Amino acid sequence: MSPASYIFLSVVLFSIGGIGVLVRRNAIVIFMCIELMLNACNLAFVAFARMHGNLDGQVVAFFVMVVAAAEVVVGLAILMAIYRARKSASVDDANLLKY
Amino acid sequence: MNTASLIHSLAAGGGGTNLDSDYSVSLFWILAVLAVGAAAAMVLVRQAVHCALMLAVVMLCLAAMYAMNGAPFLAFVQIIVYTGAVLMLFLFVMMMIGVSSVDSLVSTLRGQWFWAVLGGTAFAVLMIVGIGHAAIGSAPKASASFGNDNLTGLAKLIFTTYVFPFEATSALLITAALGAMVLAHRERTSPKLTQRDISRRRVASGQVMPEPPPGVYALHDAVDMPARLPDGTTTERSVSKAVVQRDLELGREPEKTVAADLEAEAKIEAGTEFAAEREIEAGAVGTGDDK
Repeated sequence: MSPASYIFLSVVLFSIGGIGVLVRRNAIVIFMCIELMLNACNLAFVAFARMHGNLDGQVVAFFVMVVAAAEVVVGLAILMAIYRARKSASVDDANLLKY
Repeated sequence: MNTASLIHSLAAGGGGTNLDSDYSVSLFWILAVLAVGAAAAMVLVRQAVHCALMLAVVMLCLAAMYAMNGAPFLAFVQIIVYTGAVLMLFLFVMMMIGVSSVDSLVSTLRGQWFWAVLGGTAFAVLMIVGIGHAAIGSAPKASASFGNDNLTGLAKLIFTTYVFPFEATSALLITAALGAMVLAHRERTSPKLTQRDISRRRVASGQVMPEPPPGVYALHDAVDMPARLPDGTTTERSVSKAVVQRDLELGREPEKTVAADLEAEAKIEAGTEFAAEREIEAGAVGTGDDK
């Protein structure tokens, strides 16, 4: 299978994740869509590594996973703090800075 | 000649792969359809828990694709770190801050869905056309570093070329762990309630006894059935709010069931129904009395 098809697939997954971030209102679901986008990028990195025949892409994908894990931990902690203060996980309810 | 260039030359060289082309093509299409379908379902389903399960499907598909692309180490890290740790963390937080928190149906932006889907599709088309015009050749033959030596090759790269970013991730992980602890920590603003305080509050509230348990009726016995009080009325206090919400979603009407049950009970009491059974019962009681 040509690496190009993997890259096309990663583009499709990335776009679906982006649409999800734009349309959903539950903060946890938005977070999951961001994870989907990161995963799509990882797939592209792995496909590029295969395409160029060296392992640098895989190393970058590995670092992306580490950073994503750290990001999820901090993000979910922020979510819990917001939920505690506002009793809601909807991003529409966190609008104090708007007015 | 340093180690990194050795690995690069090794990876660029010849070698074998154990996936023949027909097999890898069909596997790719199965996984691609599964992944895209699950990703679309993730955006569309309303329950957050279902979203998490769909995301797990996507991640497992991607793990299989990593393995097909000569990245066995990343495939396992994907399963262990993403599906194992990150997704479980998501589910854990979801259980803590309310499973029932579905998206509100009130949309604050007009045409949000339309513009978001249009923008997403436009981005995908732009990227696909751009990549389609790029000259992407077929992959070079898989070398040893995409098979058995994958782990060794990655380790050599991480600890030579990428040793500084690798050290930086350790600082990042410590910062993230500390940050999560600080953010999730809650200062106690009121003194901790003792057992004496709790019992005083309970007596002051007017209801000393616990909430009534779910109702048990002639034909039904479930947590969503309201309890029946000694005076014959039913009370909603015995039913958890989450259960009421779920009943609404499933379209169940426990009140109606209770009414039907009470009616059936009244019929039995009046003796219009199960007359034969009552006779048998009476007979059994009679023989019992004789002994």
